[in-house]
Amino acid sequence: MQPVDQKIHHLGNHLGYAAGFTSALLDPEQPSPAVVSGPNGKAAAKRYNVYRNNVTVSLINALVATFPATQRITGVDFFRAMARFHVRATPPTSPLLFEYGHDFPDFIERYEYAQAMPWLADVARIERAWLDSYHAADAEPLTPQALASILPEQLANIVLTPHPATRVLRSRFPAVSIFAANRSEGPVGSITETEPEDALVTRPRLEVTVRHLPSGGATFLLRLIVGETLGAAATAAFANYPQFDLSASIAGMIEAGAFTAANHGGRST
Amino acid sequence: MNELAIPLAAHPLPALRFPAHPIAGLAGTSLKHEHLPSILADETQRGFFEVHAENYMGAGGPPHDALARIRRDYPVSLHGVCMSIGGPQPLDKAHLARFKSLVDRCEPALVSEHLAWSTHNTTYFNDLLPLPYTPATLARVADHINEVQEAIGRPILLENPSTYVVFPESTMSETEFIRQLAQRTGCGLLLDVNNVFVSATNHGYSARTYLADFPLNHVGEIHLAGHASQTDDEGDLLLIDSHDGPVANAVWILYEIVIGQCGPVPTLIEWDSAIPDWPILKAEAIAAQAILDHHSQKFMPGRANAAR
Repeated sequence: MQPVDQKIHHLGNHLGYAAGFTSALLDPEQPSPAVVSGPNGKAAAKRYNVYRNNVTVSLINALVATFPATQRITGVDFFRAMARFHVRATPPTSPLLFEYGHDFPDFIERYEYAQAMPWLADVARIERAWLDSYHAADAEPLTPQALASILPEQLANIVLTPHPATRVLRSRFPAVSIFAANRSEGPVGSITETEPEDALVTRPRLEVTVRHLPSGGATFLLRLIVGETLGAAATAAFANYPQFDLSASIAGMIEAGAFTAANHGGRST
Repeated sequence: MNELAIPLAAHPLPALRFPAHPIAGLAGTSLKHEHLPSILADETQRGFFEVHAENYMGAGGPPHDALARIRRDYPVSLHGVCMSIGGPQPLDKAHLARFKSLVDRCEPALVSEHLAWSTHNTTYFNDLLPLPYTPATLARVADHINEVQEAIGRPILLENPSTYVVFPESTMSETEFIRQLAQRTGCGLLLDVNNVFVSATNHGYSARTYLADFPLNHVGEIHLAGHASQTDDEGDLLLIDSHDGPVANAVWILYEIVIGQCGPVPTLIEWDSAIPDWPILKAEAIAAQAILDHHSQKFMPGRANAAR
């Protein structure tokens, strides 16, 4: 049976060159495609390899740029080998490279050679969320004054609008500590944390910040983000985490700039 | 005052959010965010900055802020990298809409794209891939250029590619293909002199002959960049358009020839990997500016003194 791309090439009436050209672009085992050659009867193998190399290396570099802490943990060679597998199996579907890599954390979780680092995928998830937050829409965060102006008896019924740059991630591992230790250029000290850590990623203005959420904080924020009232979100957090600290969590989310507005009965404050 | 800088004079001008900094006769550099603090601290700067459009197509955040800060003080050239104008499939409408919205938002002095493609079906390959030069591809690429120009409401500059392979099915030379595109669509041209040198070396023709055949009267911007060396299957020199070092001497010589014929066309130094400290990149732009200024005096006597 003829490969699909070749059929398109024959049917394409001089416009099948893209199908022909890309047929071997992500597969180094294939010979260079028949649609191209070298000039003056020269061979095209090393010439076509320039494109192959540009594609694979530039996409690996895009993953390196998005996941620097993940690379620091694994080392450069390990990371690039892992990224190469991912690039060839799951190349980007958007021309916006900052959108690439959303499937990479799940790939890491399944990647045979990364099984000894079960927290690695969660570190990658924080890094992916960091870049989403970086490119998210701008919005003014909710001020402490706006929240303070709400009457105490109405507080339980307010619904908050999440800031476009806000992300909450849960981990069964100390992912925030591992992320923080490896994200900077400085020396990585020994990481003594062993407890699960949830992350709050925000960017109230121009700086992305990753915070380690206290017990119950992720449940509380995730409920608020999907539009539950402050009262319902607090009840859910207390039910699962008896040591949940409501006032500290509210102060923390305001300081972090996680929300833009508080609404009560359809009115925005 | 500066007749080259405002191609839209015939149209009613929209309410500008940014000053209309003239770009005529200037040298510029690619904008790299690691250079931003140095650039913003350097108030003596003359020149322009070129940005890769796709990097500013997020919803907001630091990229939008950086572009606005640069655009307030300098002319900006908006360089699209992945419209896939040279591909056979229809343009990505969502991408075209993003491109238009970015043009509206940053009011660039120049807008350019590539004679190349990077998306096939839904896969984005992140490289500038080549196309055969035939009547069928000419018609298709002309349609794509028209579509982009209609969407953004202004002409684009189309950049000549650097290539490593040929298509046996091609029936036209690259210069003829580009000339016909300019004639059919009214687009201007971005002449990448390094690409000319790289392709000429790789395909065994003379760069000077290519330039003699190139429709220089349509050129609205020039690119200069560094390249790297490999060998082909026969062991001959194969140049790679790597943008990772200074402009080669041979490319500077071709550039002087082009400026001698075209006059002081805005010229960009591209340096996209192994990015040096700002003073090194700036020095490359100063070298281009010296050539532009020299020919500016020749083409328009007294103008170098009159311009700011």
